[in-house]
Amino acid sequence: MNQPLRLKQGGRIDRSKPMRFSFDGKQYVGYAGDTLASALLANGVRVTGRSFKYHRPRGIFGAGFEEPNTLVQLGSSALSEPNLKATQVELIDGLEARAVNCWPSARFDLMAVFRWLKPFMPSGFYYKTFIWPSWHWFEAVIRAAAGLGQSPQQPDPDHYDKRNLSVDVLVVGGGRYGLEAAIKAAEEGRDVVLVDDKSQLGGALLYEHQQLNGNSLVELLDRASKLSKLRVLTRCTAFGYYDHNHVVAVEMLSDSGLRQRLWHISAGEVVLATGAIERPIVFPNNDRPGVMLASAGRQYLHRYAVMAGRQIVIATNNDSAYEVALELQAAGVKVVAVLDARTNPDALVIAATRERGIRIEFGAAPSSTRGSSAISAVEWHRVDTSGKAQADTSNVIDCDCLLVSGGWNPTVHLFSQSGGSLRFDEILQAFVPAKSVQKERSVGAAAGTFDTPLNLQPLWSVDVSLLKRTPNYSWVDLASDVTEGDLRLAAREGFTSVEHLKRYTTTGMMTDQGKTSNVNAIGVMSTIVGRPAGSVGTTKFRPPFNPVTFGAVVGQHVGAYYQPLRRLPTDELQRSAGAVMEDYGGWARPAYIPIKGESEHDAIKREVCAVRAGVGIVDYSPLGKILVHGPDAATLLHRMYVNNMKTLKPGFCRYGVMIGEDGIVFDDGVLTRWDENTFQVGTTSGHAERVTEWLEEWLQCEWVDLDVIVEPVTTQWSVIMVAGPNARQLLQRLGMDIDLSAEAFPHMTARSGHIGDIPVRIMRVSFTGELSYEVSVPWSYGAALWQQLLKLGTDLDVTPFGLESLMVMRIEKGFLHVGTETEGTTMPQDIGFAEIIAKKADDFVGRRSTMTPEGMRRDRRQLVGLAAVDGATVLPVGGHLVSAEFQKPPHKTQGYVTSSAWSPTLGRPVAMGLVERGRERLGESLIVYSARSPKPVAVRIVELAAYDPKGERLHG
Amino acid sequence: MRYSALSIAINALSGHSNWKPAWRSPEPKSSYDVVIIGGGGHGLATAYYLAKYHGITNVAVLEKGWIGGGNTGRNTTVVRSNYFFPESAAFYEKSMQLWEGLSRELNYNVMLSQRGHLTLAHNRHQVEMSLRLMNAMKLNGIDSEWLEPDDLRKREPQLRLDGRFPVLGGLMQDRGGSARHDAVAWGYARGADEHGAHIIQGCEVTGFIKQGNRVSGVRTNRGDIVAAKVCLSVAGHTSELAAMAGLRLPITSYALQAFVSEPVKPIVNTMVLSPSTGIYISQTDKGEVLIGGGLDMYPSYAQRGNFHTVETVSAGMLEMFPAFSRLRLMRQWAGICDVVKDSSPILGPSPIDGLYLNCGFGTGGFKATPAGGLTMAHTLATGKRHPLIEPFGLERFTSGALIDEAGASGIAH
Amino acid sequence: MLKIDCPFCGVRDESEFRCGGQSHLIRPGPHGQVSDETWAEYLFIRDNPKGWHMERWQHIYGCRQWFNIARHTVTHEIRAIYFMTGQKPVIENDSSNA
Repeated sequence: MNQPLRLKQGGRIDRSKPMRFSFDGKQYVGYAGDTLASALLANGVRVTGRSFKYHRPRGIFGAGFEEPNTLVQLGSSALSEPNLKATQVELIDGLEARAVNCWPSARFDLMAVFRWLKPFMPSGFYYKTFIWPSWHWFEAVIRAAAGLGQSPQQPDPDHYDKRNLSVDVLVVGGGRYGLEAAIKAAEEGRDVVLVDDKSQLGGALLYEHQQLNGNSLVELLDRASKLSKLRVLTRCTAFGYYDHNHVVAVEMLSDSGLRQRLWHISAGEVVLATGAIERPIVFPNNDRPGVMLASAGRQYLHRYAVMAGRQIVIATNNDSAYEVALELQAAGVKVVAVLDARTNPDALVIAATRERGIRIEFGAAPSSTRGSSAISAVEWHRVDTSGKAQADTSNVIDCDCLLVSGGWNPTVHLFSQSGGSLRFDEILQAFVPAKSVQKERSVGAAAGTFDTPLNLQPLWSVDVSLLKRTPNYSWVDLASDVTEGDLRLAAREGFTSVEHLKRYTTTGMMTDQGKTSNVNAIGVMSTIVGRPAGSVGTTKFRPPFNPVTFGAVVGQHVGAYYQPLRRLPTDELQRSAGAVMEDYGGWARPAYIPIKGESEHDAIKREVCAVRAGVGIVDYSPLGKILVHGPDAATLLHRMYVNNMKTLKPGFCRYGVMIGEDGIVFDDGVLTRWDENTFQVGTTSGHAERVTEWLEEWLQCEWVDLDVIVEPVTTQWSVIMVAGPNARQLLQRLGMDIDLSAEAFPHMTARSGHIGDIPVRIMRVSFTGELSYEVSVPWSYGAALWQQLLKLGTDLDVTPFGLESLMVMRIEKGFLHVGTETEGTTMPQDIGFAEIIAKKADDFVGRRSTMTPEGMRRDRRQLVGLAAVDGATVLPVGGHLVSAEFQKPPHKTQGYVTSSAWSPTLGRPVAMGLVERGRERLGESLIVYSARSPKPVAVRIVELAAYDPKGERLHG
Repeated sequence: MRYSALSIAINALSGHSNWKPAWRSPEPKSSYDVVIIGGGGHGLATAYYLAKYHGITNVAVLEKGWIGGGNTGRNTTVVRSNYFFPESAAFYEKSMQLWEGLSRELNYNVMLSQRGHLTLAHNRHQVEMSLRLMNAMKLNGIDSEWLEPDDLRKREPQLRLDGRFPVLGGLMQDRGGSARHDAVAWGYARGADEHGAHIIQGCEVTGFIKQGNRVSGVRTNRGDIVAAKVCLSVAGHTSELAAMAGLRLPITSYALQAFVSEPVKPIVNTMVLSPSTGIYISQTDKGEVLIGGGLDMYPSYAQRGNFHTVETVSAGMLEMFPAFSRLRLMRQWAGICDVVKDSSPILGPSPIDGLYLNCGFGTGGFKATPAGGLTMAHTLATGKRHPLIEPFGLERFTSGALIDEAGASGIAH
Repeated sequence: MLKIDCPFCGVRDESEFRCGGQSHLIRPGPHGQVSDETWAEYLFIRDNPKGWHMERWQHIYGCRQWFNIARHTVTHEIRAIYFMTGQKPVIENDSSNA
């Protein structure tokens, strides 16, 4: 196949393995070892992208993560991925790529009309306009025009993984200095990992001289491969450097079921051998396709055997580009001229270039490019040492490629992320690492060390102000579409600090994070404001160094592995019975268990009536269970609960309310004292962990003298609640060695015993208002107990019920539910505990907070029952209570409905709410307002318990 | 210099070479009527409203670095007024109303984008809490609307409704949305400057001039400045500055992270908050998907994030928006939030005479920028608290009258 | 990502721990003798320094023990780890902590 710019030989590609691919719908062929960018270049594709704002045609500019221009969308539908840099995409057979942000193609883009709007779109123009009639009128259009590629719209079918690594030394960058550092450390016996973002180690050795100080790449790789202490990860980009020498890297995987792997690397020492990034030269029309970094042209030549052009001009302000000129010529590529901005440079490489007959123009710099879309000629002028082009020195050279080198910026991103400070190096005219904060060192070009001096003369931008011609745009940031004029405008308007400059012009804010633009922007600003570049300052670099997929960041914590729901011991039994399982505090629990297509309402009605008239069972295992034992257990709990826990006798249960030190109700539950030194604390299911932590914190941090052990046992015991008038009858059939009679085992007591050999613990407590037992057996026996109860209770019509039925029953009974009847301001005195507090002499956690002026306020919201005046309307939960004079909002609220249900037992609605001074206002009428109700509902404040207010049934 | 499409067109003819600085850069004087420490949105807005409503123009805003460089430029730009308690509702709704006229008032496009702010409800309990909040908002005169899953499917097609945290509905404030953070600082700065206030960047306060229990000025790296009244609006540095004046505050500072994806074409329409996953997500006008979550877990003044939080928040994001797995994280940053117990601000005079506080907004100060400025200007000018901030005084920590929005609505603020 | 040297378990990643905030708080009491001001000071007022912070952490996904840490709130460097009953260490301020 025709690859017009491919050299016949050389490169690290495999010509025996052709790879077909498409770009913008056209078919091409490259080779194994190519990147998409090198293959496009080989095929002579010159316009490879469109710029972000103005849709100017752009070509391949770099060769790696620095690429600002060529962003592609790969694949389609669920496997589609936007915004990949073509220089980072390894070519595979069948690859489909499209340029982003253009339509229908990069070559012919209808959105290119934006080009002509550039004069009206200077930096920050949107702050000055779109004000009338309002931003809203313009925003949709602007949003649609912005953005680059398209997000996939289906879940990602691929998998991602994470690994942790703890090593003595992490080396980032597999070039010469990185390899040498890794080899040295491994030879000293240290555990070393070397990561490199490319598919092959070698860094610049892959395309620069193969022989340096006697260490050829082959030799280095050979030595490295023999070291068992050295682990190498290629295609692995270190992108984040965090506290305590923690570096995060992402590895591209191609040959397994995994797509990418995230590495968490904890290193004793980090060696940053990240090299340097060449920087462009800012001059008019420097964005034309065919303008490319000299180092990129060099990489394409050596790695991929691709000519960046057939007639190449090189523009530089330092020595490094001469090497490129020599190598290109040696490979048979015509180097038309080298334009060197320096007036009188002297170096061996320049002499060598001259000897080979390559034309060199000193004191010369490009002042424009020409061409219909890609470059066909470069215009240059004589420049003085400040980069000012001299009038009447215009020259034009035909070419199809202009390689530029404006100097080199050490890749200090990870160093900066580590917290290290940068300094401006006057010789390099670039930022280099100054002071380390973490255990880290930079080596090689990353530290500003270059093997041969660059002899650089600063050339921040070619100043064409003396030339009489219509101004053209000199691009500073190709990715963000920012020109020198934009920077000038920012400076004119006072946005001179680096951060203001960045934000006002958006320089450095694109997907390349300004890798080829940040330092030039600072340099250009320094010339505008007339201050040294070093004093303009630099921004801190933020992670990630290179964009990383969210898939890799998340790893396997997706789908079923994202916060899995906890399962009941009877989970399978519930599901096979058709239970509607919902998330209650992180547990999958049955909301209700419909039979034969019952509605939720009908199922709940049936379940409630079954419990009230006979017996029902519910898996109650998630309720928190914490054993608190030791000589001081009673003292600890007495201090932790509002209620008096010292007077609780062994074998008895007591309801307790726990509040925070801020006085706000935090949890409730039933505490059981098994013996003098052992309590079992019951918590709400959602707070089991939190209460354990809370007890531990007070025990270990405040009352360190107390002799107590806190032991969470929630998932050691399955609990089945057996409730209803026939509950005792059912339990008696289990054949336990426990006397269940009302006299021997009264309400609010607990007993332990056995079912056969199996230990069982029973608490006689009630959240339904019926005779009720909570029967605990070791967790793995929970399902068996459940099945046994169903079997034994067939004639009693034992009915499994769900949480929603339980809720209806506790609302009928006026029992509060923490988090529903309480919120972030509710104190124990608001829910009926004022008397209990008054009777307790001792301090407890949060007590002092209940005594503040706010705690003592007379008009606090208190928990009361609510009854619809019409006796029929179910009150809307979340509806607010307003005065009887209410007409329409806005209006002052006096509280709200916390719980509400239709009571199948009573045949009327029941409800509770928090109401200002509610306890004093029993009998008063109010209105419930809810935006979703057709009309306000009149209610009366009533006692909490609507069902069995005297509590006779639970004592039965 | 008035900004408009016409002014841009005219200036285009001269290559945009005639624009004037958006604000001056004066040398600090030795004395002002009011010194505002902190050139963020709140401080600049305070200066602006002092001039506009109270005729007080002998004002300096002292900024250690560059204006808008603190939390103003480091947040997720959410604007909303969906609050539960009447005290908060009144304050934040005032702010919302000011936002709605702000671009015109300042002649600076702050890009208020009322795309709607959506709070999801993932279970029955959250549905009940959402309805409680919705009715509270209605009674407070604030727009809110309950959306069923079918409505949500239309508004946010990429949102997963049947995942680990199913979506049973959502509370929408249509007037909620976002604004351009930098523009808020720059717009207020330009407005304050036009009225004569001095905006002084690179001026770090190093101490206070005190006589007894009275602050009568500040010491800075550019000399002492006398002022009858000093206002502290330095979110992220409040404890440190207050300590210089001898004041201890109920504040702990934490890093709050946010991050963006690479820009993509429109895919997220509203601002979505998912209480169970703890994430919020929106898309910037530029096309970046913007994601935030909870605070980093320990006190910090480091304006850099912790990767653990990024992993947790991203996992929540992919749970709700599974298609975004192949989008790429482009930039991560953190702001320092001054967190108080009840997640409501501290606004008004301090126990030290002459020293006023605007702090404690925690994670939610950006949306309050206009109201914070308006009410603090009133308080500084008249010596009396603006009625809207009476409940937000420092005394509430002693009286116990906290305004715990997070606790009340169950939704992180 | 902090590496925390649990005095009972050794060095572990921060994700195994929970930060409990400022340490060395003195709880006033008994409740009947504490003024609103004293209580508010204890409950709400915090040092919140930009610098060395004595704070307590729990190894929640490990031994569940609480202990104290001296940590710099800007650099996040950990300089001392000591038991709950230990004395507050004196940390020299050095210039590297800016």
